[in-house]
Amino acid sequence: MNAGLDFRVERWTLASRSAVAGVVAIALALIAGPFVLGPGAMDRLTILFVYVILAAMWNALAGYAGLVSVGQQVFLGLGAYFTIRLADWGLNPFVSMVAAAAIVGIIAVPLSFPMLRLKNGEFAIGMWVLAELAHLLVNLDQLVKGETGTSLISLNAFDAPLRRATIYWLALAAMVALLGALFVLLRSRVGAAIQAIRDNEEAAASVGVRVLTTKRMIFVFAAFGAAMAGALWLATALTFQPKAYFSVNWTAYMIFMVLVGGIGTFEGAILGAVLFFLIETWFGAAGVWYLIGLGATALLFALVLPKGIWGAIESRTGLRLLPVGYRLDIRSLLTKKNGTT
Amino acid sequence: MINSLIQGILLGGYYALIASGLSFMFSVMRIINLAHGSLAVLAGYLLFVLAQRFGISPFYGLLIVLPVMAAIGFLLQRFVLDRSLRAGPLVPILATFGLAIVVDNLLFQQFGADTRSLAPYIGTLSYDSFELPGGIYVGALAVYIFVTAVVVLGGLQLLLSFTAIGRAIRATAEDPETAGLVGIDSRLVNAVAAAIALVTVGLAGAALGMRATFDAYAGGTQLLFAFEAAVIGGAGSVWGTLIGGIVLALAQSFGAQISPLGFLIAGHAVFLIVLFARIFLPRLILMRRRA
Repeated sequence: MNAGLDFRVERWTLASRSAVAGVVAIALALIAGPFVLGPGAMDRLTILFVYVILAAMWNALAGYAGLVSVGQQVFLGLGAYFTIRLADWGLNPFVSMVAAAAIVGIIAVPLSFPMLRLKNGEFAIGMWVLAELAHLLVNLDQLVKGETGTSLISLNAFDAPLRRATIYWLALAAMVALLGALFVLLRSRVGAAIQAIRDNEEAAASVGVRVLTTKRMIFVFAAFGAAMAGALWLATALTFQPKAYFSVNWTAYMIFMVLVGGIGTFEGAILGAVLFFLIETWFGAAGVWYLIGLGATALLFALVLPKGIWGAIESRTGLRLLPVGYRLDIRSLLTKKNGTT
Repeated sequence: MINSLIQGILLGGYYALIASGLSFMFSVMRIINLAHGSLAVLAGYLLFVLAQRFGISPFYGLLIVLPVMAAIGFLLQRFVLDRSLRAGPLVPILATFGLAIVVDNLLFQQFGADTRSLAPYIGTLSYDSFELPGGIYVGALAVYIFVTAVVVLGGLQLLLSFTAIGRAIRATAEDPETAGLVGIDSRLVNAVAAAIALVTVGLAGAALGMRATFDAYAGGTQLLFAFEAAVIGGAGSVWGTLIGGIVLALAQSFGAQISPLGFLIAGHAVFLIVLFARIFLPRLILMRRRA
């Protein structure tokens, strides 16, 4: 009789509620890190936070907005560069990091105008051109001393344990804030618009989605996040060599993390970052062969499992831990139908 | 001044040559191959090995390397591009980027960090020059590369316009399913097109090795040059590619006179200026018409 009511649209499930609770619990537990962890473990965790940020930002751009960039190192490098620049002008180094990310976010606005006109592969390489250009321009600054580079000297004013803990907390806060903002953004109207654009730009425009404005929002957000990651990386490494920060290898890492974890899934990017972190810990010393392995794995995933590990899990089990979409539950409808026929 | 203008135009020939395969592939298959530059460098290394180890001149070496490149193109289309394109328009970007990382690092693993050149193996050609009226000398090699670029671009144009395979390629590019209805095997046609594109990549690799030095990680830069030339010229248009290459090279040689980093900066900058102009000039023209 009430067949029309036998389906429901759901977002939260028991699994996703417990997953979000778990994530919050983990984040809260991580705050205690500096009190219980040794300096080595703390540095490694800081690096993991940076990887999670990079993966989540690249995934926001590629997986949700459909903008594959092979030049996100432009924002990473500029984030580190502006941190050095502002700190050299006397700004507190920690404040410099956040200010640098903000500056990069602002720079990303005018850049988005020509770049977002480019489609697919053109956008990808166009971003790479930007990265190369930014790399060259940064080299023109006397402070950087060309490829020799320079370091964030003003951080030395803080004693080592305090410095390490502050960078750790800053990285943790940045990761949680960026992931949280992305989660909220993707669940909002904007999130629906973004995914509509990714799936079919013309169709999205025809139902009133403001395509360019929406893409620009994600582009700027991803730029800000990548710049924050660059500033944090600088804080842990202390030295700024332009070549290392504007290297296209960063793109290889981001593609690896997102592709292996699961492009276009919120959980996948995090999973990919953790996997990448472990692989780097175990095989990073292998140098060239490590890079060959990363490239080959990315190629293999693109060909065989383009939705990545989490995408495969999701489509087999229907599991969604951090839901940013809705889904239709028609199980009761189906069982009823099967029962009557 | 005139001298550097002429040198710039001739360098543009090289950029047009390396861009030709990229824009051919883009216009036919709507794919930008991010391993394009790395594969050109691979061809350079193959010629280098043939010359150094077996004493085969790079010109005869091309008789071996070009078929190898064609085979690589065929296999690339069959096993990478075709498969990844079916998973969505973004997946080929990821797949070919992964391939580029693998090729670059394998080359580094094999050949190390030393820069290589084919110049020692091409006899006097590396320093021969022609004298133009007015006491201007132009390198013979640069002229030959320019001529090669014109022949390749013209050849691709003729191939598409007047041959059976050219018609099949255009039909497949337009609509693979309808092409299939009239008996065209679109997979085979695309694989042949990729093989043709990779032959031009082989030629570009030879030109790169003869006119300059290269190392294992030179592929990225070559890809960017090719891409910039193709975009400046208007992607997909054959003669536009030549003009794009020349504009890029002229900007670079102009920039080089200002600062040592100016060569690359001016090249990237002219690319961005063209992009900006594409967006804002039509609007300006439109506004003026309305006023």
